[in-house]
Amino acid sequence: MTRDDITAVLIDELGRIAPETDATGLDPDADLREQLDIDSMDFLNLVTTLGERLQIDIPEADYPSLATFGDAVDYLAERLGTAA
Amino acid sequence: MGEFRMPSLGADMEAGTLVEWLKRPGDRVKRGDVVAVVETQKGAIEVDIFEDGVIERWLVEPGTTVPVGTPLAVIGSGGPAAAEAARVAAQPAAAVVVAPTPVEKPPTRASFEPAGEPRRSRASPAARRLAVERKIALDALTGSGPGGAVLRSDVERAIAQMAPRPVSPKRLDFGEMRRAIAAAMSRSKREIPHYYLSTTVDLTRALGWLEPANANRAPAQRLLLAALLLKAVAHALGEMPEFNGYFTHEGFQPGAGIHVGTAIAIRGRGLVAPAIHDADKLSLEELMARLRDLVARARSGALRSSELSDPTITVTNLGERGVETVFGVIYPPQVALVGFGAPVERPWAVGGQLAARRVLMATLAADHRASDGHRGARFLANIDRRLQSPETL
Repeated sequence: MTRDDITAVLIDELGRIAPETDATGLDPDADLREQLDIDSMDFLNLVTTLGERLQIDIPEADYPSLATFGDAVDYLAERLGTAA
Repeated sequence: MGEFRMPSLGADMEAGTLVEWLKRPGDRVKRGDVVAVVETQKGAIEVDIFEDGVIERWLVEPGTTVPVGTPLAVIGSGGPAAAEAARVAAQPAAAVVVAPTPVEKPPTRASFEPAGEPRRSRASPAARRLAVERKIALDALTGSGPGGAVLRSDVERAIAQMAPRPVSPKRLDFGEMRRAIAAAMSRSKREIPHYYLSTTVDLTRALGWLEPANANRAPAQRLLLAALLLKAVAHALGEMPEFNGYFTHEGFQPGAGIHVGTAIAIRGRGLVAPAIHDADKLSLEELMARLRDLVARARSGALRSSELSDPTITVTNLGERGVETVFGVIYPPQVALVGFGAPVERPWAVGGQLAARRVLMATLAADHRASDGHRGARFLANIDRRLQSPETL
Protein backbone atom coordinates (compact mmCIF):
# COMPACT_ATOMS: atom_id res chain seq x y z
CA MET A 1 0.00 0.00 0.00
CA THR A 2 1.46 3.35 -1.03
CA ARG A 3 1.31 6.62 0.91
CA ASP A 4 -1.30 7.82 -1.56
CA ASP A 5 -3.44 4.76 -0.81
CA ILE A 6 -3.11 5.39 2.92
CA THR A 7 -4.00 9.05 2.44
CA ALA A 8 -7.06 8.06 0.44
CA VAL A 9 -8.21 5.59 3.11
CA LEU A 10 -7.75 8.20 5.84
CA ILE A 11 -9.68 10.85 3.90
CA ASP A 12 -12.43 8.34 3.24
CA GLU A 13 -12.79 7.35 6.89
CA LEU A 14 -12.62 10.96 8.10
CA GLY A 15 -15.35 11.77 5.59
CA ARG A 16 -17.58 9.12 7.13
CA ILE A 17 -17.09 10.53 10.61
CA ALA A 18 -17.41 14.18 9.63
CA PRO A 19 -19.54 14.04 6.48
CA GLU A 20 -20.19 17.77 6.33
CA THR A 21 -16.50 18.63 6.16
CA ASP A 22 -14.01 18.30 3.33
CA ALA A 23 -11.18 16.12 4.55
CA THR A 24 -9.20 16.75 1.36
CA GLY A 25 -8.60 20.35 2.35
CA LEU A 26 -7.10 19.59 5.75
CA ASP A 27 -3.98 21.33 7.00
CA PRO A 28 -1.59 18.36 7.42
CA ASP A 29 0.12 19.99 10.41
CA ALA A 30 -2.91 21.18 12.36
CA ASP A 31 -4.70 19.22 15.06
CA LEU A 32 -6.94 16.70 13.33
CA ARG A 33 -9.64 16.55 15.99
CA GLU A 34 -9.78 20.33 16.21
CA GLN A 35 -10.10 20.81 12.45
CA LEU A 36 -12.87 18.25 12.03
CA ASP A 37 -14.55 18.77 15.41
CA ILE A 38 -13.99 15.13 16.33
CA ASP A 39 -14.79 14.00 19.88
CA SER A 40 -13.40 10.97 21.74
CA MET A 41 -16.19 8.73 20.46
CA ASP A 42 -15.54 9.79 16.85
CA PHE A 43 -11.82 9.23 17.33
CA LEU A 44 -12.40 5.79 18.81
CA ASN A 45 -14.60 4.95 15.81
CA LEU A 46 -11.88 6.22 13.47
CA VAL A 47 -9.24 4.06 15.15
CA THR A 48 -11.61 1.08 15.04
CA THR A 49 -12.41 1.36 11.34
CA LEU A 50 -8.83 2.20 10.30
CA GLY A 51 -7.61 -0.81 12.24
CA GLU A 52 -10.15 -3.09 10.57
CA ARG A 53 -9.57 -1.72 7.08
CA LEU A 54 -5.79 -1.72 7.24
CA GLN A 55 -5.52 -4.87 9.37
CA ILE A 56 -3.42 -3.27 12.07
CA ASP A 57 -3.92 -2.82 15.80
CA ILE A 58 -3.66 0.81 16.89
CA PRO A 59 -3.06 0.77 20.65
CA GLU A 60 -4.38 3.61 22.78
CA ALA A 61 -0.79 4.54 23.68
CA ASP A 62 -0.23 5.44 20.01
CA TYR A 63 -3.09 7.94 19.80
CA PRO A 64 -0.71 10.92 20.11
CA SER A 65 0.93 9.72 16.87
CA LEU A 66 -2.36 10.44 15.11
CA ALA A 67 -2.63 14.04 16.30
CA THR A 68 -2.43 15.69 12.87
CA PHE A 69 -3.30 14.45 9.39
CA GLY A 70 0.40 14.37 8.47
CA ASP A 71 1.30 12.48 11.64
CA ALA A 72 -1.47 9.99 11.00
CA VAL A 73 -0.29 9.23 7.45
CA ASP A 74 3.29 8.85 8.71
CA TYR A 75 2.19 6.57 11.53
CA LEU A 76 0.02 4.36 9.33
CA ALA A 77 2.76 4.16 6.68
CA GLU A 78 5.26 3.07 9.29
CA ARG A 79 2.89 0.47 10.72
CA LEU A 80 2.20 -0.90 7.25
CA GLY A 81 5.86 -0.89 6.28
CA THR A 82 5.35 1.57 3.46
CA ALA A 83 8.50 3.24 2.16
CA ALA A 84 8.53 7.00 2.65
CA MET B 1 -57.24 -3.86 26.22
CA GLY B 2 -54.77 -1.04 25.91
CA GLU B 3 -54.04 1.80 23.59
CA PHE B 4 -50.81 2.57 21.83
CA ARG B 5 -50.52 6.35 21.92
CA MET B 6 -48.55 9.13 20.28
CA PRO B 7 -45.70 9.44 22.77
CA SER B 8 -44.42 12.63 24.30
CA LEU B 9 -40.78 12.86 23.32
CA GLY B 10 -40.00 15.96 25.31
CA ALA B 11 -41.59 18.72 27.29
CA ASP B 12 -42.03 20.80 24.17
CA MET B 13 -43.62 18.22 21.86
CA GLU B 14 -47.28 18.85 21.09
CA ALA B 15 -47.91 16.65 18.08
CA GLY B 16 -46.25 14.09 15.86
CA THR B 17 -46.84 12.68 12.40
CA LEU B 18 -47.28 8.94 11.95
CA VAL B 19 -44.94 8.04 9.11
CA GLU B 20 -45.19 4.30 8.97
CA TRP B 21 -46.64 1.27 10.73
CA LEU B 22 -44.06 -1.49 11.26
CA LYS B 23 -46.58 -3.95 12.73
CA ARG B 24 -49.94 -4.99 11.35
CA PRO B 25 -53.21 -5.84 13.04
CA GLY B 26 -52.93 -9.39 14.32
CA ASP B 27 -49.23 -9.09 15.04
CA ARG B 28 -48.13 -10.10 18.50
CA VAL B 29 -45.89 -7.50 20.12
CA LYS B 30 -43.85 -7.48 23.29
CA ARG B 31 -42.58 -4.63 25.39
CA GLY B 32 -39.77 -2.83 23.58
CA ASP B 33 -40.82 -3.82 20.05
CA VAL B 34 -40.73 -1.01 17.53
CA VAL B 35 -44.29 -0.61 16.27
CA ALA B 36 -44.30 2.61 14.28
CA VAL B 37 -42.18 5.45 12.96
CA VAL B 38 -43.19 8.95 13.98
CA GLU B 39 -41.79 12.19 12.67
CA THR B 40 -41.07 14.79 15.31
CA GLN B 41 -38.91 17.83 15.80
CA LYS B 42 -36.14 15.43 16.74
CA GLY B 43 -36.30 13.59 13.46
CA ALA B 44 -37.92 10.31 12.52
CA ILE B 45 -38.27 8.32 15.72
CA GLU B 46 -38.98 4.63 16.06
CA VAL B 47 -41.76 4.22 18.59
CA ASP B 48 -41.53 1.19 20.84
CA ILE B 49 -44.39 -0.25 22.81
CA PHE B 50 -44.68 -0.44 26.60
CA GLU B 51 -46.75 -3.61 26.93
CA ASP B 52 -47.09 -7.09 25.57
CA GLY B 53 -50.15 -7.89 23.49
CA VAL B 54 -51.62 -8.14 20.05
CA ILE B 55 -52.28 -5.23 17.72
CA GLU B 56 -56.03 -5.33 17.26
CA ARG B 57 -56.46 -2.40 14.94
CA TRP B 58 -54.94 0.81 13.77
CA LEU B 59 -56.71 4.04 14.64
CA VAL B 60 -54.52 6.41 12.68
CA GLU B 61 -53.25 6.16 9.15
CA PRO B 62 -49.72 7.06 8.05
CA GLY B 63 -49.35 10.69 7.08
CA THR B 64 -51.58 11.87 9.91
CA THR B 65 -50.45 14.44 12.43
CA VAL B 66 -52.01 13.96 15.84
CA PRO B 67 -51.53 15.53 19.29
CA VAL B 68 -49.43 13.80 21.92
CA GLY B 69 -51.48 11.18 23.77
CA THR B 70 -53.77 10.37 20.85
CA PRO B 71 -54.44 6.61 20.62
CA LEU B 72 -52.75 5.24 17.49
CA ALA B 73 -53.75 1.60 17.81
CA VAL B 74 -55.74 -0.73 20.03
CA ILE B 75 -53.69 -3.37 21.79
CA GLY B 76 -55.42 -6.52 22.99
CA SER B 77 -54.27 -8.99 25.57
CA GLY B 78 -53.89 -11.64 22.93
CA GLY B 79 -56.55 -13.90 24.45
CA PRO B 80 -58.87 -15.95 22.23
CA ALA B 81 -61.40 -13.13 21.76
CA ALA B 82 -58.74 -10.59 21.02
CA ALA B 83 -56.98 -12.90 18.64
CA GLU B 84 -60.26 -13.41 16.83
CA ALA B 85 -60.86 -9.67 16.66
CA ALA B 86 -57.38 -9.17 15.33
CA ARG B 87 -57.82 -11.92 12.79
CA VAL B 88 -61.04 -10.35 11.58
CA ALA B 89 -59.47 -6.92 11.53
CA ALA B 90 -56.56 -8.24 9.60
CA GLN B 91 -58.75 -9.74 6.93
CA PRO B 92 -58.99 -7.67 3.79
CA ALA B 93 -62.78 -7.82 3.76
CA ALA B 94 -62.87 -6.16 7.13
CA ALA B 95 -61.03 -3.06 5.98
CA VAL B 96 -63.82 -0.83 7.19
CA VAL B 97 -63.07 -2.03 10.73
CA VAL B 98 -59.87 -0.09 10.38
CA ALA B 99 -61.87 3.10 10.10
CA PRO B 100 -61.96 4.90 13.40
CA THR B 101 -65.36 4.85 15.02
CA PRO B 102 -66.67 8.27 16.06
CA VAL B 103 -66.01 7.55 19.73
CA GLU B 104 -62.42 6.51 19.24
CA LYS B 105 -61.77 8.94 16.48
CA PRO B 106 -58.66 10.91 17.32
CA PRO B 107 -58.56 14.59 16.50
CA THR B 108 -56.61 14.04 13.35
CA ARG B 109 -55.74 16.62 10.79
CA ALA B 110 -55.37 14.15 8.00
CA SER B 111 -55.80 15.69 4.63
CA PHE B 112 -57.85 12.76 3.38
CA GLU B 113 -60.48 13.09 6.06
CA PRO B 114 -63.76 14.89 5.50
CA ALA B 115 -64.30 17.98 7.54
CA GLY B 116 -67.96 17.27 8.20
CA GLU B 117 -69.96 14.41 9.66
CA PRO B 118 -68.85 10.88 8.96
CA ARG B 119 -70.85 9.70 5.98
CA ARG B 120 -71.95 6.26 4.97
CA SER B 121 -69.57 5.08 2.36
CA ARG B 122 -70.80 5.01 -1.19
CA ALA B 123 -68.13 3.80 -3.49
CA SER B 124 -67.57 2.26 -6.89
CA PRO B 125 -66.58 -1.41 -6.92
CA ALA B 126 -63.12 -0.51 -8.21
CA ALA B 127 -62.67 2.02 -5.43
CA ARG B 128 -63.91 -0.50 -2.89
CA ARG B 129 -61.52 -3.18 -4.13
CA LEU B 130 -58.55 -0.87 -4.01
CA ALA B 131 -59.55 0.44 -0.59
CA VAL B 132 -59.76 -3.09 0.77
CA GLU B 133 -56.47 -4.00 -0.80
CA ARG B 134 -54.67 -1.00 0.66
CA LYS B 135 -56.58 -0.88 3.93
CA ILE B 136 -58.09 2.52 3.33
CA ALA B 137 -61.19 3.39 5.32
CA LEU B 138 -63.75 4.41 2.72
CA ASP B 139 -65.73 6.32 5.35
CA ALA B 140 -62.84 8.69 5.69
CA LEU B 141 -62.71 9.62 2.01
CA THR B 142 -64.40 12.47 0.23
CA GLY B 143 -65.95 11.11 -2.94
CA SER B 144 -65.87 13.05 -6.17
CA GLY B 145 -68.34 10.76 -7.94
CA PRO B 146 -72.12 11.08 -8.31
CA GLY B 147 -73.79 11.74 -4.98
CA GLY B 148 -70.42 11.91 -3.30
CA ALA B 149 -69.54 8.34 -4.19
CA VAL B 150 -65.93 7.43 -3.73
CA LEU B 151 -64.16 6.66 -7.00
CA ARG B 152 -61.01 4.71 -7.63
CA SER B 153 -59.20 8.00 -8.31
CA ASP B 154 -60.22 9.28 -4.85
CA VAL B 155 -58.70 6.21 -3.24
CA GLU B 156 -55.55 6.58 -5.30
CA ARG B 157 -55.26 10.19 -4.20
CA ALA B 158 -55.67 9.17 -0.56
CA ILE B 159 -52.99 6.50 -0.97
CA ALA B 160 -50.65 9.03 -2.50
CA GLN B 161 -51.27 11.44 0.36
CA MET B 162 -50.73 8.91 3.08
CA ALA B 163 -47.75 7.23 1.52
CA PRO B 164 -44.81 7.38 3.91
CA ARG B 165 -42.52 10.17 2.93
CA PRO B 166 -39.34 8.84 1.43
CA VAL B 167 -36.77 8.60 4.17
CA SER B 168 -33.89 10.70 2.98
CA PRO B 169 -30.38 10.04 4.23
CA LYS B 170 -30.65 13.21 6.31
CA ARG B 171 -33.44 12.34 8.69
CA LEU B 172 -32.71 15.23 10.96
CA ASP B 173 -34.22 18.68 10.58
CA PHE B 174 -31.86 20.98 12.42
CA GLY B 175 -34.21 23.94 12.25
CA GLU B 176 -36.86 21.89 14.02
CA MET B 177 -34.33 20.56 16.49
CA ARG B 178 -33.23 24.10 17.32
CA ARG B 179 -36.85 25.10 17.94
CA ALA B 180 -37.34 22.07 20.20
CA ILE B 181 -34.24 22.96 22.22
CA ALA B 182 -35.39 26.58 22.43
CA ALA B 183 -38.83 25.58 23.74
CA ALA B 184 -37.51 23.13 26.33
CA MET B 185 -34.74 25.39 27.59
CA SER B 186 -37.02 28.45 27.77
CA ARG B 187 -39.48 26.47 29.83
CA SER B 188 -36.67 25.25 32.06
CA LYS B 189 -35.39 28.74 32.78
CA ARG B 190 -38.93 30.04 33.23
CA GLU B 191 -40.13 27.34 35.62
CA ILE B 192 -37.20 25.65 37.32
CA PRO B 193 -35.38 27.41 40.16
CA HIS B 194 -31.91 26.06 39.43
CA TYR B 195 -29.12 25.91 41.95
CA TYR B 196 -25.57 25.08 40.98
CA LEU B 197 -22.71 23.24 42.69
CA SER B 198 -19.30 22.19 41.51
CA THR B 199 -16.43 20.08 42.71
CA THR B 200 -13.05 19.09 41.29
CA VAL B 201 -12.50 15.36 40.84
CA ASP B 202 -9.00 13.90 40.83
CA LEU B 203 -8.90 11.51 37.86
CA THR B 204 -5.61 9.82 38.70
CA ARG B 205 -7.25 6.59 39.83
CA ALA B 206 -9.91 6.49 37.13
CA LEU B 207 -7.41 7.04 34.32
CA GLY B 208 -4.87 4.81 36.05
CA TRP B 209 -7.43 2.01 35.93
CA LEU B 210 -8.67 2.77 32.41
CA GLU B 211 -5.29 2.80 30.70
CA PRO B 212 -4.24 -0.80 31.44
CA ALA B 213 -7.86 -1.93 30.99
CA ASN B 214 -7.81 -0.58 27.42
CA ALA B 215 -4.27 -1.69 26.61
CA ASN B 216 -5.42 -5.28 26.06
CA ARG B 217 -8.60 -4.45 24.24
CA ALA B 218 -9.23 -4.14 20.52
CA PRO B 219 -10.53 -0.65 19.63
CA ALA B 220 -14.10 -1.93 19.35
CA GLN B 221 -13.96 -3.07 22.99
CA ARG B 222 -12.21 -0.03 24.45
CA LEU B 223 -13.84 2.05 27.15
CA LEU B 224 -14.06 5.82 27.20
CA LEU B 225 -13.86 7.85 30.39
CA ALA B 226 -17.46 8.86 29.61
CA ALA B 227 -18.63 5.32 30.44
CA LEU B 228 -17.05 5.54 33.90
CA LEU B 229 -18.61 8.96 34.51
CA LEU B 230 -22.08 7.76 33.49
CA LYS B 231 -21.78 4.68 35.67
CA ALA B 232 -20.65 6.71 38.67
CA VAL B 233 -23.68 8.99 38.27
CA ALA B 234 -26.03 6.02 37.91
CA HIS B 235 -24.67 4.37 41.06
CA ALA B 236 -24.82 7.61 43.04
CA LEU B 237 -28.46 8.07 42.00
CA GLY B 238 -29.26 4.73 43.59
CA GLU B 239 -28.39 6.32 46.94
CA MET B 240 -29.74 9.78 46.12
CA PRO B 241 -33.10 9.11 44.44
CA GLU B 242 -34.30 12.70 44.81
CA PHE B 243 -32.19 13.64 41.80
CA ASN B 244 -33.65 10.88 39.63
CA GLY B 245 -37.16 11.61 38.37
CA TYR B 246 -39.56 14.36 37.42
CA PHE B 247 -41.17 17.43 38.90
CA THR B 248 -44.86 17.61 38.03
CA HIS B 249 -47.87 19.52 39.38
CA GLU B 250 -47.99 16.85 42.07
CA GLY B 251 -44.45 17.58 43.15
CA PHE B 252 -41.43 15.32 42.77
CA GLN B 253 -42.07 11.90 41.25
CA PRO B 254 -39.15 9.47 41.50
CA GLY B 255 -38.17 7.74 38.26
CA ALA B 256 -39.18 4.12 37.72
CA GLY B 257 -35.57 3.26 36.94
CA ILE B 258 -32.26 5.00 36.49
CA HIS B 259 -32.43 6.08 32.86
CA VAL B 260 -29.50 8.38 32.26
CA GLY B 261 -30.09 10.91 29.49
CA THR B 262 -26.80 11.41 27.71
CA ALA B 263 -26.30 14.71 25.94
CA ILE B 264 -25.02 14.03 22.43
CA ALA B 265 -23.93 16.87 20.18
CA ILE B 266 -24.89 16.24 16.59
CA ARG B 267 -21.73 17.56 15.03
CA GLY B 268 -22.26 21.07 16.24
CA ARG B 269 -25.68 21.49 14.70
CA GLY B 270 -27.96 20.19 17.37
CA LEU B 271 -28.28 18.30 20.59
CA VAL B 272 -30.27 15.36 21.90
CA ALA B 273 -30.10 13.60 25.26
CA PRO B 274 -31.50 10.07 24.82
CA ALA B 275 -31.62 7.62 27.71
CA ILE B 276 -29.36 4.75 28.53
CA HIS B 277 -31.97 2.63 30.31
CA ASP B 278 -31.16 1.12 33.71
CA ALA B 279 -27.61 2.42 33.53
CA ASP B 280 -27.02 1.33 37.13
CA LYS B 281 -27.56 -2.30 36.19
CA LEU B 282 -25.18 -2.38 33.20
CA SER B 283 -21.55 -3.44 33.30
CA LEU B 284 -19.07 -0.85 32.03
CA GLU B 285 -18.69 -2.85 28.83
CA GLU B 286 -22.45 -2.96 28.28
CA LEU B 287 -22.79 0.71 29.08
CA MET B 288 -20.01 1.59 26.64
CA ALA B 289 -21.64 -0.50 23.91
CA ARG B 290 -24.96 1.27 24.52
CA LEU B 291 -23.27 4.65 24.45
CA ARG B 292 -21.54 3.88 21.18
CA ASP B 293 -24.76 2.68 19.61
CA LEU B 294 -26.70 5.66 20.96
CA VAL B 295 -24.22 8.22 19.62
CA ALA B 296 -24.27 6.59 16.18
CA ARG B 297 -28.07 6.49 16.08
CA ALA B 298 -28.47 10.02 17.45
CA ARG B 299 -26.26 11.31 14.66
CA SER B 300 -28.06 9.39 11.96
CA GLY B 301 -31.49 10.32 13.34
CA ALA B 302 -32.59 6.83 14.33
CA LEU B 303 -33.48 7.11 18.00
CA ARG B 304 -36.32 5.27 19.69
CA SER B 305 -39.22 6.97 21.40
CA SER B 306 -38.49 5.42 24.80
CA GLU B 307 -34.95 6.75 24.62
CA LEU B 308 -36.31 10.27 24.25
CA SER B 309 -39.20 10.04 26.70
CA ASP B 310 -37.62 8.07 29.54
CA PRO B 311 -34.54 9.95 30.81
CA THR B 312 -34.80 10.57 34.55
CA ILE B 313 -31.70 12.79 34.66
CA THR B 314 -29.30 14.23 32.10
CA VAL B 315 -25.51 13.99 32.01
CA THR B 316 -23.53 16.29 29.78
CA ASN B 317 -19.91 15.43 29.22
CA LEU B 318 -17.79 18.01 27.39
CA GLY B 319 -15.02 15.53 26.65
CA GLU B 320 -11.35 16.04 26.03
CA ARG B 321 -11.67 19.02 23.74
CA GLY B 322 -14.20 20.90 25.84
CA VAL B 323 -13.71 23.68 28.35
CA GLU B 324 -13.25 23.10 32.06
CA THR B 325 -16.72 23.71 33.45
CA VAL B 326 -20.30 23.39 32.26
CA PHE B 327 -23.30 24.68 34.21
CA GLY B 328 -26.26 22.87 32.73
CA VAL B 329 -29.83 23.83 32.05
CA ILE B 330 -32.18 21.14 33.41
CA TYR B 331 -34.31 19.37 30.82
CA PRO B 332 -37.88 19.62 32.14
CA PRO B 333 -39.55 17.84 33.80
CA GLN B 334 -36.29 16.32 35.08
CA VAL B 335 -34.84 17.73 38.29
CA ALA B 336 -31.09 17.52 37.80
CA LEU B 337 -28.29 17.73 35.28
CA VAL B 338 -24.75 16.56 35.99
CA GLY B 339 -22.00 18.18 33.95
CA PHE B 340 -18.44 17.03 33.39
CA GLY B 341 -15.84 19.40 31.98
CA ALA B 342 -12.73 18.48 30.04
CA PRO B 343 -10.04 16.58 31.95
CA VAL B 344 -7.12 18.96 32.48
CA GLU B 345 -3.71 18.71 34.11
CA ARG B 346 -3.46 21.00 37.14
CA PRO B 347 -1.27 21.51 40.20
CA TRP B 348 -2.85 19.42 42.95
CA ALA B 349 -1.91 19.13 46.60
CA VAL B 350 -1.59 15.53 47.79
CA GLY B 351 -0.38 14.74 51.31
CA GLY B 352 1.20 18.17 51.72
CA GLN B 353 3.01 17.92 48.40
CA LEU B 354 2.25 19.61 45.13
CA ALA B 355 1.80 17.30 42.16
CA ALA B 356 0.63 17.64 38.56
CA ARG B 357 -2.62 15.70 38.26
CA ARG B 358 -5.37 15.20 35.74
CA VAL B 359 -8.54 16.61 37.22
CA LEU B 360 -12.07 17.21 36.02
CA MET B 361 -14.74 19.65 37.15
CA ALA B 362 -18.04 17.97 38.02
CA THR B 363 -21.07 20.22 38.32
CA LEU B 364 -24.66 19.80 39.34
CA ALA B 365 -27.58 21.93 38.24
CA ALA B 366 -30.57 20.89 40.33
CA ASP B 367 -34.20 21.90 40.84
CA HIS B 368 -34.56 23.66 44.19
CA ARG B 369 -38.21 22.58 44.36
CA ALA B 370 -37.07 18.96 44.57
CA SER B 371 -33.83 19.16 46.57
CA ASP B 372 -31.54 21.43 48.55
CA GLY B 373 -27.89 22.29 48.15
CA HIS B 374 -26.88 20.16 51.10
CA ARG B 375 -28.16 17.00 49.41
CA GLY B 376 -26.82 18.21 46.07
CA ALA B 377 -23.36 18.49 47.59
CA ARG B 378 -23.61 14.96 48.92
CA PHE B 379 -24.68 13.74 45.48
CA LEU B 380 -21.61 15.30 43.82
CA ALA B 381 -19.36 13.97 46.59
CA ASN B 382 -20.89 10.52 46.07
CA ILE B 383 -20.02 10.65 42.35
CA ASP B 384 -16.47 11.76 43.20
CA ARG B 385 -16.05 8.94 45.72
CA ARG B 386 -17.12 6.33 43.18
CA LEU B 387 -14.65 7.64 40.61
CA GLN B 388 -11.91 7.06 43.18
CA SER B 389 -12.72 3.31 43.10
CA PRO B 390 -13.07 2.71 39.35
CA GLU B 391 -12.70 -1.05 39.80
CA THR B 392 -16.08 -1.10 41.59
CA LEU B 393 -17.95 0.68 38.81
